[in-house]
Amino acid sequence: MLRVSEIEVRYSGIPVIHNVSLEVNRGELVTVVGSNGAGKSTLLKTIAGTLHPAKGTISFEGEEIHHLSTPDIVRKGITYVPESRSIFGPLSVEENLELGAFIIKDERVIKTNLEFVFTLFPRLAERRKQAGGTLSGGEQQMLAIGRGLMSTPKLLMLDEPSLGLMPKLVDEMLSAVAQLRTMGKTILLVEQNVRESLELADRGYVLQTGRTIDHGTGKELLNKDIIRKAFLGL
Amino acid sequence: MGYYRAIQKEGCLIVPFLHVDNITKDFGGLVANNHITFSIEEGEIVGLIGPNGAGKTTLFNCIVGYHKPDSGNVIFNGRDITGLKPHETNRAGIGRTFQIMKVTSGMTVLENVMVGAFCRVDKREEARKEAVAVLEFMGIENIKDFHMNELPVATQRKVGLARALATKPVLLMLDEVASGLNPKEIEEIVELVRVINTEKKITLFIIEHIMEMVMKVSQRIIVLDYGEKIAEGSPNDIVKNENVIKAYLGEKYAQSL
Repeated sequence: MLRVSEIEVRYSGIPVIHNVSLEVNRGELVTVVGSNGAGKSTLLKTIAGTLHPAKGTISFEGEEIHHLSTPDIVRKGITYVPESRSIFGPLSVEENLELGAFIIKDERVIKTNLEFVFTLFPRLAERRKQAGGTLSGGEQQMLAIGRGLMSTPKLLMLDEPSLGLMPKLVDEMLSAVAQLRTMGKTILLVEQNVRESLELADRGYVLQTGRTIDHGTGKELLNKDIIRKAFLGL
Repeated sequence: MGYYRAIQKEGCLIVPFLHVDNITKDFGGLVANNHITFSIEEGEIVGLIGPNGAGKTTLFNCIVGYHKPDSGNVIFNGRDITGLKPHETNRAGIGRTFQIMKVTSGMTVLENVMVGAFCRVDKREEARKEAVAVLEFMGIENIKDFHMNELPVATQRKVGLARALATKPVLLMLDEVASGLNPKEIEEIVELVRVINTEKKITLFIIEHIMEMVMKVSQRIIVLDYGEKIAEGSPNDIVKNENVIKAYLGEKYAQSL
């Protein structure tokens, strides 16, 4: 479904991603793990079109997308939920969600998607009229993911959904991700909870200083020395 | 006066290093801190945990003077510091970091840390020397010429920690410094916090959601929920506390112990 081939991404001329390749198949949950500064978020931003690769190609459902703008990539069916959440503070929960459905013209689809999000995160339904900026950190994260789901994406990219959440909510958030996968959503996940995300994922890629140094099924990677030493500290 | 109350509570002679006495902070009907009282002794590492929105950062802000509490007092080093401005509490010896980095992105890492050093010195050269020393102590002198916006958020937080250290605090308050780090990086920051405590003799008060950090370094943990203190005790007692499991840790964490 998504194929990233040998891309290089630069910040002010300096390469931060070198020759990275990655594939996501329909219905898969794929995770990218790596230290801070390894290039995980940069990779997601490049797929989402907020950055463009200097070399290499990115294709989605057989079509090259790496030269497209972010709005066009959203229209192709990819949404990106950024680490920073980027909630519209003064807007209500419902308005934030509706903005996620900006590309959808059919009111009925918007309504169905809204109901879907409220089923996944009942807390958002309780707070539908509340301003986004007054939500707690965990609720804002739910809202960011919910907004990402409003455009009926074929591929959902989540950048550290558990960041800054309390232990109980980390579990809930990762369960929600697992639930989305069971519902057939295709997900590309970046997480610092390395163990949990590899347990959850079908496959994983290991990124180190802008290079893919390993990949495999979640279980394979969990048992590898490099993962155990470099990320789990075992 | 809060000062005398603190003495009476602790029995005439001993004044706690930091004593937060009956602090209440109300944001237009939302009581973020509701009659919170606790003490921290010199040399301790104390953790502060609780659900998102429980009032942890508000409590930090009340202590350092970003907010003025509606009632209650903060006694630090035998002095009532309630209502002092942040730069005054900083000068009094309290350093803090921010969950959302207040960094000046137009400045380099070194310049950001120098801003902290100017709390104690006036001369540019001295501030520079001090800042370099702190960056070396933290093992991040290699990034001193980077601009802040070129760094990942977790590294920015490290710079925030360096800047707080450069103000030469005796009490350092950390707001989620381990957030966004992987388990290996968490181990490194755990080690750093211990060294800050033992070598630099700095007392630490830490807000943290990462249990691998807060349970490991803290001698004592305070738990807030809906603005109230619901528990206080050793990490061992806290992880077994029913209320804390229910409000914060979750069953899965409790079972994994």
